[in-house]
Amino acid sequence: MKKKNLIITCIFFIFFFITMFLSLDKNKIYSTRDYVGQQLADVDLEYFNKNSIFNTKKISNYNFTLINFWASWCGPCRKEHKNLMALSENKNLKIIGINFRDKQNNAKEFLKEMGNPFFILTKDTDGKKSVNFGVYGIPETILVNQDLQILKKYIGPLSLKDVREINKIVKK
Amino acid sequence: MKKIFLLAIFSFTISNLFANEIIKNEVLKNLRCLVCQGQTISDSNSEFAQIIKSVVDDKIKEGMTKKEIYKFLSEKYGDWILFNPPIKKNSYILWFLPYLLFILGGIFLYFMIKKRLMGK
Repeated sequence: MKKKNLIITCIFFIFFFITMFLSLDKNKIYSTRDYVGQQLADVDLEYFNKNSIFNTKKISNYNFTLINFWASWCGPCRKEHKNLMALSENKNLKIIGINFRDKQNNAKEFLKEMGNPFFILTKDTDGKKSVNFGVYGIPETILVNQDLQILKKYIGPLSLKDVREINKIVKK
Repeated sequence: MKKIFLLAIFSFTISNLFANEIIKNEVLKNLRCLVCQGQTISDSNSEFAQIIKSVVDDKIKEGMTKKEIYKFLSEKYGDWILFNPPIKKNSYILWFLPYLLFILGGIFLYFMIKKRLMGK
């Protein structure tokens, strides 16, 4: 009887520790699991430099599109900018910038200083449009194909590894 | 007559505003602030929470129901944003395992007690 109880207790603890161990690796805060594979939302965005609207449906005109959310006040955006500049040289890829809750003059200064990698530049002055793209904060980047399907979502600054991955997907 | 009509419009607008405010509070209390774990969107003052509050407000004004707002947000951020997520096929175990364990525990206890009583 004692042996049986010991076995049951051991099984319980093994199950408990395995569950805890597997949970350690799960990042529930910033999950892109549900978002990747979805169709891109139909959203009207205001152009950065003119008083007209860019609709996300127009993205289907390009083979691959990278939608980048950025702002001049965002430190990590500054860090990833050189990687965006590198990606802008890929002819199979168009980069659309969404300037997030920023001051227009500061954003212009930022691009003047760091370079402009954006094929199309839009703005989201109150941050509400970005909810349609599942944005938590910035920088965030979404890779979309011609069928407007979301292939990847990067939360945080794009790293060199991300650049290699995007170039690999886009070359296909 | 004119006064009664104006009064009716006024009271209708006020009651509508209050109803919207109640719905908004209910929705915000059931949304998790994803950048400040442990807080609801209602309790948080983070930038993310402020944007979501504003979006929920717009959606209610557009005439969306609570369910539709939850669906919209969970499509964008996953069910994790909801404090009370819907029952889905892939979460059956999560929802029903506690009940199953409770029943199994009851059966186990029943047999244990029965065995002891038989022994006496």
